[in-house]
Amino acid sequence: MTPDPTRTHRPDAPDDRSPSDGPPSERSPSDRSPFDPSAEAARATAAILHDTLHGEARGVVVDSPPGAGKSTLVVNAALELAAAGRPLMVVAQTNAQVDDLVLRLAEKQPDLPVGRLHSSDADPYDKALDELDHVRKSTKAADLAGLDVVISTAAKWAHVKNVEPWRHAIVDEAYQMRSDALLAVAGLFERALFVGDPGQLDPFSIVGSEQWAGLSYDPSASAVSTLLAHNPTLPQHRLPVSWRLPASAAPLVSDAFYPYTRFRSGTDHGDRSLSFGVPSDGSGPDRVLDEAAASGWGLLELPARHTPRTDPEAVRAVAEVVRRLLDRGGATVSERSPDPAPLTADRIAVGTAHRDQAAAVRAALAELAVTGVTVDTANRLQGREYDVTVVLHPLSGRPDATAFHLETGRLCVLASRHRQACIVVCRAGVAELLDEHPSTEPVQLGVTVKFPDGWEANHAVLSHLAEHRVPYRPQ
Amino acid sequence: MSLIHTLARLEAVESGRAQPLATVRHRHLAARPLVFVPLTTAGEAGAPLGALVGADRERPRLLLVPQPRDRDLRFAFLSDLAEELLPYVESFADETEPAERAETDPETGKRVKVEVELCADAPQLIVPSLAGIEFVRLLGRSMRFRRTAEQDPDTPYPAPPRVPLLGRWLTHFAERARVPGSALIAAMTELLSRHWATGQSSLEDQHLGALLAWIDPPGEGRDGEGSGAAAALRAETARDEAGQLLCPPAGPATDPAFDNKLLAPAIERYDRARSAVAAAEDGLAADRHLAELTAAEREIAALVESRTRPTWDAVWRGLDLLAALPEGERAAERWTRDRWSYTGHRDRVLAGEPPQPRLDDAVTAANKLATRETAQARLEAQEALDDPLVMAGRRLSGEAFGGEVTEVVMAYTESKRPSPRPLVTLRTDDSPHLAERAKVYRSLAGKPQSAQFVGYDEEGGVVLRILDKMGRGKEPEEGSVPVKGDRITWTLFEHTPRGGPSLPEPEDTPWTHGGPPGEGAQAPDPVTPEDVL
Amino acid sequence: MSEFPDSAVPTAAVPPTDNAARPAPQATALRQRLAELRGPAVPAKALDARALAALAANPGCRRRALLDGAGVDKSALAQALGSPSGFGQSQFALVRGNAFEAKVKADGGAELLRLVHARLGGGPAPASPGPEGGADTAEVHTPDLTAAGPEGRSARTALALRDAAATRAWTLLDHPMLALDVAGSPAFLEPDAVVVHPDGRWTVVEIKSFPMIDGSADEGKVGSAARQAAVYALALQQVAGRLDPAPPVGHEVVLVCPKDFSNQPTAAVVDVRKQLSVTRRQLGRLTRIEDIAAALPEGTTFDVERSPDELGRAVESVPAAYAPECLAACELAFHCRDRSRTEGEVTSLGRSVRGELGALTTVEDVLAAARGEAGDPDDPVVAALRRAAALRAQALEGAACR
Repeated sequence: MTPDPTRTHRPDAPDDRSPSDGPPSERSPSDRSPFDPSAEAARATAAILHDTLHGEARGVVVDSPPGAGKSTLVVNAALELAAAGRPLMVVAQTNAQVDDLVLRLAEKQPDLPVGRLHSSDADPYDKALDELDHVRKSTKAADLAGLDVVISTAAKWAHVKNVEPWRHAIVDEAYQMRSDALLAVAGLFERALFVGDPGQLDPFSIVGSEQWAGLSYDPSASAVSTLLAHNPTLPQHRLPVSWRLPASAAPLVSDAFYPYTRFRSGTDHGDRSLSFGVPSDGSGPDRVLDEAAASGWGLLELPARHTPRTDPEAVRAVAEVVRRLLDRGGATVSERSPDPAPLTADRIAVGTAHRDQAAAVRAALAELAVTGVTVDTANRLQGREYDVTVVLHPLSGRPDATAFHLETGRLCVLASRHRQACIVVCRAGVAELLDEHPSTEPVQLGVTVKFPDGWEANHAVLSHLAEHRVPYRPQ
Repeated sequence: MSLIHTLARLEAVESGRAQPLATVRHRHLAARPLVFVPLTTAGEAGAPLGALVGADRERPRLLLVPQPRDRDLRFAFLSDLAEELLPYVESFADETEPAERAETDPETGKRVKVEVELCADAPQLIVPSLAGIEFVRLLGRSMRFRRTAEQDPDTPYPAPPRVPLLGRWLTHFAERARVPGSALIAAMTELLSRHWATGQSSLEDQHLGALLAWIDPPGEGRDGEGSGAAAALRAETARDEAGQLLCPPAGPATDPAFDNKLLAPAIERYDRARSAVAAAEDGLAADRHLAELTAAEREIAALVESRTRPTWDAVWRGLDLLAALPEGERAAERWTRDRWSYTGHRDRVLAGEPPQPRLDDAVTAANKLATRETAQARLEAQEALDDPLVMAGRRLSGEAFGGEVTEVVMAYTESKRPSPRPLVTLRTDDSPHLAERAKVYRSLAGKPQSAQFVGYDEEGGVVLRILDKMGRGKEPEEGSVPVKGDRITWTLFEHTPRGGPSLPEPEDTPWTHGGPPGEGAQAPDPVTPEDVL
Repeated sequence: MSEFPDSAVPTAAVPPTDNAARPAPQATALRQRLAELRGPAVPAKALDARALAALAANPGCRRRALLDGAGVDKSALAQALGSPSGFGQSQFALVRGNAFEAKVKADGGAELLRLVHARLGGGPAPASPGPEGGADTAEVHTPDLTAAGPEGRSARTALALRDAAATRAWTLLDHPMLALDVAGSPAFLEPDAVVVHPDGRWTVVEIKSFPMIDGSADEGKVGSAARQAAVYALALQQVAGRLDPAPPVGHEVVLVCPKDFSNQPTAAVVDVRKQLSVTRRQLGRLTRIEDIAAALPEGTTFDVERSPDELGRAVESVPAAYAPECLAACELAFHCRDRSRTEGEVTSLGRSVRGELGALTTVEDVLAAARGEAGDPDDPVVAALRRAAALRAQALEGAACR
């Protein structure tokens, strides 16, 4: 496949290659072909903005891999549309995302009149918005009429009725938005820019929706799949460069999770580094830290055992790794700060699959007197960025793999939040678990097969991690 | 599966008898349900072989298709089925009560209350298993687009008069089955396994005979012939000397051994007799062959009855077992929704609306999904509130917590007219997943009272601030605030989940979803001369 | 029709052909060992696509891997053990299936080719049968594939495929025979049809008699059809790999089913990439049957002529991984279920039951832990079980008092 920086090669595009033949070969980072990430990214952004501002199509779709500057794109597009005098509504999925966008817009252009449409619940928006002079907040869309940009969640927009449609909209995190949520708001705008990351967790419904499987407008599918099924000729772009993922991570994440829409790291090997002031004490956690500092990845492997989700040893190991990460005086160097910056607790996150695991890790960290480190599930870590992440592998210690634990998006989120290094804590035996996983999935006619599937992606990540394995037998 | 459910299954294994999963019955049972036990022909879509049907336990009606591949015989069966089912379904149509419904005024676009009729009761269809519901759906789909000679005199192979209407009703029942907590149609295996945990897997629970064997075993103990395990095994696998299952499968699929050894020869005799009748050259011969034909038909009838009657009896036995449980308080509220559903379809039929389309349009699909998600959330909340055993599961998973009130401190809002916001401390052994300022709810005289999580005190007690349902005055109304020593269960989930915002009308379907659906009149399925299945 | 087991084709004691992979000496030793396991006078039960597809149904089960790998007739074995499988096929379904396949393939496969062309393209429309073809249509070839024995037929199929590559016509191979190398032995597979498009692509066609109603079909049945088709596609890839240049084998297969309630065929495209990669991986893992066989006690045999006791011991000597899903997928399931229940394994209640039980695997251990009779209270599993048991008991007591 020839890489084309702006045109997305969709996973459902015909391709005779089967996934286990390996992803299409592309220039590898070691390859000395000229690749200027800034120029590539700028070219992609310019094409997107051109299609958005001057194109004929009613919609423009942008795929953005992890850390490819999606938020920056949304802010720039919003500012340009506002500057062109086109009233704009922005649809995001969560209140946190909405508030974040408002703050970013205000930071970039403090005098831009922005409306924050919010719910009538208690504490409907971030108090920081109250400090912004040009941001008006209301529960009624009518109060915000005429402002350059009005921002809210899809859920709140769905209640807005009987208003003049906006000429333009930006739909953020469009792959995490359900088709029925788009149906509820699409009448509010004439045309829209849809931005999102196809590799993260898919939307879901709490009841069965098999009866609509394969229909172009399956209400439980993602908004983008419905949009493209009905409007296959819309221009599709993708952001080709991840500014978050280091050169050590981008190839793996790209191969394992985006085999048909590959991307590259914006930085090269050596542009970033993680080092410690305190030498290793030779323990498992310290050795895996050194491995991760050297290679960007570390696998702390505990002896094979079937455990409950809140495996005390694994939870404890996660907490120890974090404790040592702080104790050893970690320092990071990156293109942002050529001088070593101390690795502080707020630059570290722990990712888990389940909430009770997150709770157990928080308790274990409290026992080790660690504060300020983010601990959350994959769902809640979507869209977030840290220097170092410590991940409790979703399949660690499990007697069986379920669809939930195998979900591609979950692993992708967990493996793509870091700028420097990612350390995975896991029981041995996951490869065998995957091999023995029964594969008897039902197949629905007309449903586009999601690639890569979780089983395959898990194997890919695991075999890469195996090269950075540190066996650990907790005391 | 929650640990509480797992434990119940393990205890069932140990005791040789199913264990309760509920302390009340979570589905409404109609006073006069209609039981439908269909059989189908292997390898054919929607080719019924026969059925037992009726609302009278002692007198089921046996319906039969002696040659399932014959279209005329199939139509005769469907006509008979309509004759049994439709009078039952329609018998609930006339008795109504006045009710109100919110509708959008087409002039103003505002939501207004409209006086409407609500049927006082509704029909309830019981089939043996989930496969039975799927078969009802299939029958509905195969019939609702048929045309009768009255509708279209030129239609080839017209359907008998009431068959398309039966198709519409069966479609409605099957679609309603997808709404969580609904009871317009129910599968006995689902009803039973909602209320009891057996010592086998949920896959094996799909076998009605085995499921009943666990719930109501002939004897006691883990081992031995009388145990649930042994009885279930007999129900699943025991065969007579001729190789036939002693407990025939609940259908609609039949056992291949039955098809091959008993049914196929009988149908062959029937076919032979029929051709002989047709070929008979004189009246005498015709009479003789007619007698053979009658005998052959009677033989098939006996075979079909022998495979459906055990299931028929099992379904009624299941109804007895369920009736012995007291009905959960909120099951009636859900049944009222079933009555609305029934009334709505009655009205659509009366208004002469066309049959349900083959595929939902985008707006209808989204509306259905939203309705079902709300129904699911409502069902989960209602079951927990009605049943301490269900609530126990929610407490274990951190979605609810129960305990004793250890302290109540009065506090007020800081507005001009202060309102009460008392702080209540609760000691609990549960570990709820309480996020900062999470909202929690308790049931106060059947209505949800909400509170906000404030934090933990030194002893680990949960401190809550009560937010509402305390009346309008400065001092809370009598009984609206817990007092020390009260035992209360709080939930993190809402008690009366609301539906989402309304969606556009189908004719306003936006461009992202393909625009308004076409005026695709739902044409009948094309029939071909060779459509003799 | 591949829904039903292919007529048993003995594969033992046949010399390898050019088409089948030539077994290495090591593989010959293994085949010898497997023949002993089967019993000296018993021919191997042919591994058909269904059996190969079923390898993925429970890949953790060594018992199944070994018995299938050795070509043991599991149905006969289950009968001999006193737990017959109860699998059967209604003759009504059989008749209907055969009639439908015949209808689909009537007139030189005109309807079938029309459907394949409509769904996947790959060249001009196939010419209708008869002397004159249209101007913008491509010729249709239906080569005769008859030959003696599975090796002959697979050789004939390979030839026909090679010839088809050169024609730029539509070629319909009706019941071709494909040899697939399975752990060193050839398995002979018979897809319903393979179509060579004028553009050179090869496509597997599966004909099934379950209906497609309003464009959708039973997802479980489509799933097994897809897994089966993936096995054929894999075998086709092996054949294609021996040609230069290798023709592309489509990962999109065509599933042909009756439309709605009629006997008119309709078709859908099924992407089997995922099934292909799973099957490929499972076939690769089949080599471990050598290790499994090596671990058996001397003289172990599954020859059904032996006594039930002896057979029982032989079966017990290979560990199984029983789960209730086996009931629908393996002839030996009733036997394994019985053993699993006797051992008190919690997985006999479902795979998902084990999810929260950590290292506890038996009913007794779990109940003992829940009741406080065993287990470390600091173990989160034990703590959760006790909490669950207490909450459950409390709720039931409360209900009994009301």
